[in-house]
Amino acid sequence: MYAYDEIDRTLVNERVSEFRDQVKRRLSGELTEDEFKMLRLQNGVYLQLHAYMFRVAIPYGTLASNQLRQLAHVARKYDRGYGHFTTRQNIQFNWIKLSDLPDALADLAEVGIHAMQTSGNNMRNVTSDQWAGVAPGEIEDPRIWSELIRQHTTLHPEFSFLPRKFKIAITASDHDRAAIKVHDIGLRLIKNEKGETGFEVLVGGGLGRTPFIGKTIKHFVHGRDLLSYIEAILRVYNQYGRRDNIYKARIKILVHELGIEKFSREVEEEWQQIRHSSLQIDDEVIEDIRSRFIYPSYEKLPHMPDELRQAAADPDFEAWRKNSVAAHKNPGYAIVTISLKPIGAPPGDATAEQMDALADLADKYSFGEIRVGHEQNLALPHVAKRDLPALWKALDKLGLATPNVNLITDIIACPGLDYCSLANARSIPIAQELTRRFANHELANLIGRLHINISGCINACGHHHVGHIGILGVEKNGEEVYQITIGGRADESAALGNLIGPGVKFHEVADVIEDIVEAYLALRERPDELFVDTVKRLGVEPFKERVYATR
Amino acid sequence: MTSPLQQKLKINGSSVVTANRTWDGIVVYRTAAKGWSADLAEAAIVRTPDEAKALLAEAVADDVGAIGPYIAPVQVDDTGKILPGNLREQIRRDGVTIDLPV
Repeated sequence: MYAYDEIDRTLVNERVSEFRDQVKRRLSGELTEDEFKMLRLQNGVYLQLHAYMFRVAIPYGTLASNQLRQLAHVARKYDRGYGHFTTRQNIQFNWIKLSDLPDALADLAEVGIHAMQTSGNNMRNVTSDQWAGVAPGEIEDPRIWSELIRQHTTLHPEFSFLPRKFKIAITASDHDRAAIKVHDIGLRLIKNEKGETGFEVLVGGGLGRTPFIGKTIKHFVHGRDLLSYIEAILRVYNQYGRRDNIYKARIKILVHELGIEKFSREVEEEWQQIRHSSLQIDDEVIEDIRSRFIYPSYEKLPHMPDELRQAAADPDFEAWRKNSVAAHKNPGYAIVTISLKPIGAPPGDATAEQMDALADLADKYSFGEIRVGHEQNLALPHVAKRDLPALWKALDKLGLATPNVNLITDIIACPGLDYCSLANARSIPIAQELTRRFANHELANLIGRLHINISGCINACGHHHVGHIGILGVEKNGEEVYQITIGGRADESAALGNLIGPGVKFHEVADVIEDIVEAYLALRERPDELFVDTVKRLGVEPFKERVYATR
Repeated sequence: MTSPLQQKLKINGSSVVTANRTWDGIVVYRTAAKGWSADLAEAAIVRTPDEAKALLAEAVADDVGAIGPYIAPVQVDDTGKILPGNLREQIRRDGVTIDLPV
C-alpha cells in the first residue's frame, strides 16, 4: 500500500471543496451546463442514459480494506448498493445524483480516494499489473513508477487540456497483465546491462474506432529520464495532435500519420532540450516514493502446508484453486484472483455487501490489501497458502468463488446500451447468455483459456479488438447487430482480432460463439493448444466456414 | 460543440423532446405546459421540423431544469398511448434490461 502524505490529503480535500462550490453554482443556474461540463468531467462525473455516472480512480489497481469499505458505503448511501469495476482499474457508480456528489467525494476523500484523472482530455489514471510487487520474476514493483507519474501529472496544466484523453500503463513482468501495447504510452520496466532500471517505451497503441498496437519508440529510457521522456512525447502530441476532429485526436493517429520514425525524431529533439532539466529524477525521489509503499511482513511458511494438502481432496476446492490461485514471489503465499463473473451476472459488478465482506477477508487473509485488474476481477495479493481452504469457503458463501478465471465465462464487457449514452447495442445480456451457455465447468475447462471481450459500440471500452473472441455491438436499421472477431490478444503478444464475416443478430450471438468453440475443439492439434494459437495457425477461414455454412 | 439548435433536425413521424434532469440525472420529457415530466405519457408530441425546433429551443433555454435535450422518436398507438420509438429510448424509459445485482 502507498501511504499518502499531507500534500496529497490537502489536494484531495481542496478539490472536494472546489467541486462542492461548482455543483452549488450549477444547481442555482449560476453556471450553465456548457460551463459546468468540463468541471464535472474533471471530477469523474459523466451523464449516462438514466442518471449521472461517477467514476472513481483506483491508482494502479491497489486498494486498502478501509478504502474498499468506503466504496461500499458510497454504493449504499448514494447509489443503488453496487459498483462496477472497469477495464481501467476504476470503479463506477451508475445512479448517483449530482446533488449528492460533493458529499460522496468528501466521504471518499476521508480515505484518500478521489475521481481525478478518470475522465476528460487529460492524463488518465496510470494503470499497472494487478500482481505488482508480488509476481514471481518481476523485475521490481512497477507501482513506484506509476506513483511517480501520478504525482507529476495530477492537475499538471500542460496535461490537463490535451487534444484527447491519454492513458499510460506499466508492467514489470514478462507476462503483460496490464495490456501496455494498447495504451497511448506503454512502459515495460527492464534492466540494462549495468543493472540499472529503465523502460522500453511503446507509443501509439489504442483501441476504439481505429485500433493500433503500440510501437516501440525507445528500447531503453533510464529511470531518471522517465518523466522528461514522457513529457517530450506529450509535448509533440500537444503540438501536432489534432483538435479539429475528435476521431483523429488520439496520439495513435498522429504516430500512424507521421510514422514512428518521424515521430520518434520529433520526440528525441524535444527530449534533448528538457532531459537535463528539473524533470530529471533524483534517486532520493524514487527512494522516498518507495519508502511510502508499505509491504507486508511475511512469515516463513511452507510451500505445501497440511491444510492445502488436505483440501486438495475436495474437487470443488481444486477446481477453484486451479483457476484462481497463482504463484507468489514468496513460496508460502499465493495470489488469489476473485472472479466478479458469476454465471448469469453482469461482469465486474460487486454489491456493497460483497465489498464490505471482501474488505474483512482482506484484513484477515491478505494484510488488508485488495487489487483491481483490468479484466474486471479483484485479487487478494498476499494470502498464506495454509489459509486458502478457509478463504475459498468464505468467498463461496459470498458468491465470489466461481472457478472461471481466464476461462470462457470470465468475460470482459462494457456497460453497453443498458447504461451508456454512447452505446449502440447491449453488452451485458450477451455476456450473461454466454456464461449460461458455458456454465458447465468441465466444458469450460476442456476449452481452456479463452477470453471473450464485448463492446456495445466502436469506442471499445470492452476491448473487443483484443479479445480472443471479440464481440462488437452496432446498430443497423434500428436493430442490434454484433460483429465477431477472433484471434485478438492483449498480452505481450498483443494482436488485433480479425472479422469472421457479416454481423449477426442479438439472439444469434451465443449460437455463433458455440459454433466457433466447437470448431476450435475439433481443429486444435492437442488439448493444450489455446484457442488463440489455433486461430493463429489456421486463420479465420475454418471458423468462418463453420459459422456461416448454415446461416 | 454544436448546439442542439444548430443541428439539422430529421423528423420521421411523431417525436418528443427528452433530456436528463439536472439535479439527479433522471430521464425527463418536455411537456406542453413548458415543464418536464418523468412520464413519457405527459410528453408534448411534435410532428414537423418546425414544431420540433420550437419545442427543443424552449427546452434548451431551461438549462437549470434539464441537460442535453434532444429530439427522440416515439410511436403513438391507436389509443393515443405514447411508446418509445427505438430500443435506446425504450431502455431510457423502462430502465436496464437486466436484473440489477441488488
